[in-house]
Parts: sequence; structure tokens; C-alpha cells
Amino acid sequence: MRLWMLVIAAIVLSFISLFIGAIDITPKDLLNWESDETHIFLISRIPRLLAIILAGAGMSIAGLIMQSLSRNKFVSPTTAGTLDAAKLGILISMLFFTNVTYTQQVIFSFAFALAGTFLFMQILDRIKFKDVIFVPLVGIMYGNILSSITTFFGYEADLLQNVSSWLMGSFTLIIAGRYELLYVSIPAIILAYLYANKFTVAGMGEDFARNLGLSYKLVLNIGLILVAVISTTVVLTVGVIPFLGLIVPNIVSLYLGDNLRKTIPHTAVLGIVFLLICDILGRVIIHPYEIPVNVTVAVIGSAIFLTMLLRGRAYAK
Amino acid sequence: MIEIKGLTKLFGKKPVVEDVTVTIEPGTITSFIGPNGAGKSTLLSMVSRLLEADTGEVLLDQNNVRKWKSSEFAKRVSILKQANYLNVRLTVRELVAFGRYPYSRGRLTAEDEKFVDQAIEYMNLADMEDKYLDELSGGQKQRAFIAMVIAQDTDYILLDEPLNNLDMKHSVQIMKILRKLVDELGKTVVIVLHDINFASVYSDRIVALKNGRLMKNGTTHEIINSDVLREIYDMDIPIQEQNGCRICVYFNSHT
Repeated sequence: MRLWMLVIAAIVLSFISLFIGAIDITPKDLLNWESDETHIFLISRIPRLLAIILAGAGMSIAGLIMQSLSRNKFVSPTTAGTLDAAKLGILISMLFFTNVTYTQQVIFSFAFALAGTFLFMQILDRIKFKDVIFVPLVGIMYGNILSSITTFFGYEADLLQNVSSWLMGSFTLIIAGRYELLYVSIPAIILAYLYANKFTVAGMGEDFARNLGLSYKLVLNIGLILVAVISTTVVLTVGVIPFLGLIVPNIVSLYLGDNLRKTIPHTAVLGIVFLLICDILGRVIIHPYEIPVNVTVAVIGSAIFLTMLLRGRAYAK
Repeated sequence: MIEIKGLTKLFGKKPVVEDVTVTIEPGTITSFIGPNGAGKSTLLSMVSRLLEADTGEVLLDQNNVRKWKSSEFAKRVSILKQANYLNVRLTVRELVAFGRYPYSRGRLTAEDEKFVDQAIEYMNLADMEDKYLDELSGGQKQRAFIAMVIAQDTDYILLDEPLNNLDMKHSVQIMKILRKLVDELGKTVVIVLHDINFASVYSDRIVALKNGRLMKNGTTHEIINSDVLREIYDMDIPIQEQNGCRICVYFNSHT
């Protein structure tokens, strides 16, 4: 697959995404600057599109970085406890501060996502049996433990409804003023690209990296920080989107290999295309109502993931 | 010159390498031999800075290897450990290009490309340079990794059991290439070997270890004789001379 094909697909899908929804908006309506349609377009449709683009690119790249650094094809923010730790962080911030500010939530969630991912990498270091399937299973169990802690305290403190709202990845509530945190992931994505070669080298193991004079620990930590930044911004604005960071990098790896300098642009654009398709489907299937994007992603994603597991066990090794 | 001085490494309280002092002669192939658990790989890892020594020091050009900047050290000394478990999908050319990382940090200059081309040429990998590593056989993969180290262009090349899992033909190929690296390009090769016959036929000097201690250090001729080998391996090993090579016939030795 060529990059320009993916880019064209992303542009076409973006255009479709802008012009579907509960209210019909046509490009002609936008000629009138004062119309309601233009207003909706500016405060709802464009923010939604930008949120999809940033979340799609961000989560896919976060998954790619994690797969490279953990040297396991099936590790991603959803299978390594990163997102569960971020959610726990939000809950703790709500327990600590009675009138929690958005900034406090962001900081707590980031700190927990970082610590949670770091802890998983430490666990990974100690596991002797590094099977491609076994490692993500450990990660999923670990994530569920974190998640059950969140549920327990959420229940005790009567915050359960709040908690489950972050579980639902959805773009329905994205309007101007509620998604801007996602812009923080832009520098993280750019940094990821600048560090692409270092991540590839680190992905070949500590000894290999140190032979080439790379400070392995530093690169590992930078990678984990980038993953935590991206995951936090997505969880806090959109919610949890499963499978994205898992399947998109794997599809790219199949046709383009694992040289991150080469694969990051493909991963980003394919992530956007995939998320756009899922969001558009969710919006048209029961029009004028919506199916949350995490449902469509989970249905399509799990099918792709299963195929990958059954066919690709040999490749992942 | 690499000087190993009084090097000791403890795993827990047990010394794996104990008070080893050896000087690596430039422009030679030096083989580390010895029974399992002798500390050969640990010693090599300390020389290449992958492991930190508990006491003693390793000097590269009179300076402690710990004091070298990582990027400068990577231009002088390269190490290749067992790499067959790697599951990263890179093409041969991409892998070899990473050998230039200490020089270019991943942004290859025209000069880097030249080194990459030469390394690929040298290892006879030109017809498979765009293949992914996971499509190659064990021998081809090992050649690709050695090509990377050649592109890294270090004076010292350290290899930890590079013949593991290779058949006879590929083992001989690899050893011949290492010999060429020393004879034609003036490199210094330090290699951990299990098969003493490869050590005997291809190396200039042999360092024999046992239970973490240095047993013998000398030219291949000094080490490959029945008396010395008995001390190292606790086996009676008859030696036969064949076309000027000393071959250890240990297969039916009394143990």
C-alpha cells in the first residue's frame, strides 16, 4: 500500500464525516456565514473530525511505540494496562479533590498512565516466558486488576457512572471547547517521528542498542512518556478506544516491516482511516441516532484481531 | 589496544569471572574457550560494556571503557550477541544501515551509504538486501548481522558464539570471513567459541577460562596440545595434524 492512497482515503472519508449527522449540512449551506448550518459545522463537525484524526493517529502510534519497546506484537495501551491506569488516575483525582479541576484530572491521569505502563514494563522484564500471546494476556489481567480497583472505589464513592463514561469511547460529545486537550498529542506525535530510529534500535533489545551507542533506558523512558501523554489525552476527551493501537501497527508491519521511520506515517494515516470508517458507520447505521465509536471499533477490530491471531502467530514470532 | 585488568564479576555471591587479566593483541583473532559456565560470555560482555565489572577494569587505548562516551565507544568496539531470537521485521539493508547509527544517528550521508554498500558486498548479500530478516535462513541472518558490524566499522569486533545453530558449511563461511576481516581490513576479532577445532584452525591466540578463572593465554600453538587441554577440559584429547592444522579428536575421549 502506498502512503498517498491512504492519504486520499483519509481526505475523502474526512469530507464524508463532515457532511453526515443528525442535521443535513451541504457545502452550499456553508456559503452563508450566518446560517445555523455553518454554526453547527464549526462547533460540532470540525471539532469532531479533528478529534478523530488526532485520536486515530495518536492511539495507533502509541501502540506502535509500545510494540517496538516491549518487543511484542500484541502489546498496546489497551493490553498493557495504560488506559486502565489512566482511568484509575482520574478516579483518584476525583476522590482527592472535592472540586476537581480539569488540569488536576489531566495531571493525575497522566501520572498514573505513565506509572502503570512503567510497572507493566518492569513486570515484562521479570517474565521468563516471553510468548507472543502470554505477554499481552498478562497485560490484560494486569489492566483488569487496575480496572477493578477503579470500579471498587468508584462504587464506594458513588462515582461509578462517571467511571463508566470514560469506558465508552465516543465522539458524540465532542464539540468546540471539549476536545482541545487532544492538541497536546500533536507534539507527542512529532516527537515520536523524530525518535523513530531510536525506537527501532531500542526495539532490537538492550544489548543491540548499547552496541550502537544508544542510551537504551533514556529512549525507553521517552517512549513510555509519549505513550502516556497520548493515551491520557485520548481517554480524557474521547474515552477508551480498544484495538486501535493493536491492529493498525500490525497491519502496517505486515506490508512495510518494522522500521519506524518508514512505518510511522503509514500507521498514523491508517489509524485515521480506520477510525473514520468506524465513526461514519456508527453514525449511519441507526441514523439519526449514533452507535458509540468504541462499539464499532470493537466489532470490526476484534474480527481483524482474531484473524491476525489465527493466521499470524507464525509471523508475530 | 584492549587490556583486561583483574576483572571480577559476581552473580549474587558467586564469582562468574574472577581476577582475569588479559591483553588483546591488535590485528589478531583471539578465541575465548572453556567448558560451560567458564565465564567466557560474561567476560566478553564486560569488555564491551554490556555488563559492569565488580572489580578490575577494562582499558581501551589506556582509558577505562566506562569513561568512554557511548557514541565514541560504538565507533571503536562492536559486539554481536546471539541474535537469532530477533523478531523485528527489517530488511537486510535496513539492518546493515543501522550499523552506521553511531556516526549518523539514523540520517545516512552519502558516505554512510557507501559503507553500507561495501558491507553488503563484502558479505555477499547484494541479491537479498531487500529481503526481510525473517525470510532468511540462520546462516544468512548471521551474515546480515556481521555485515551490520562491518558497516559499524570498528577496530574491535566481539562475537558471542556466532556459530551457534549454524551447520558446518555456514560455520566455515563465517570463520573464513572473520579471518578475512583481520587479514584484509586489519580488524581485531574476539570471539567466544564452543568448538575448539574452529578455535584451533582460525584463531591466532586463545584465552582459556575455567570456573571463571583464566587458565591459559597464549598463541594457538601453545594452547592446542593434549597437556593444556586436559587441564582445561578434564579430558584426554589426542591431537592430529592435518595440512598444518591441529585437530582435536575428542569425540571418543575417555572422560
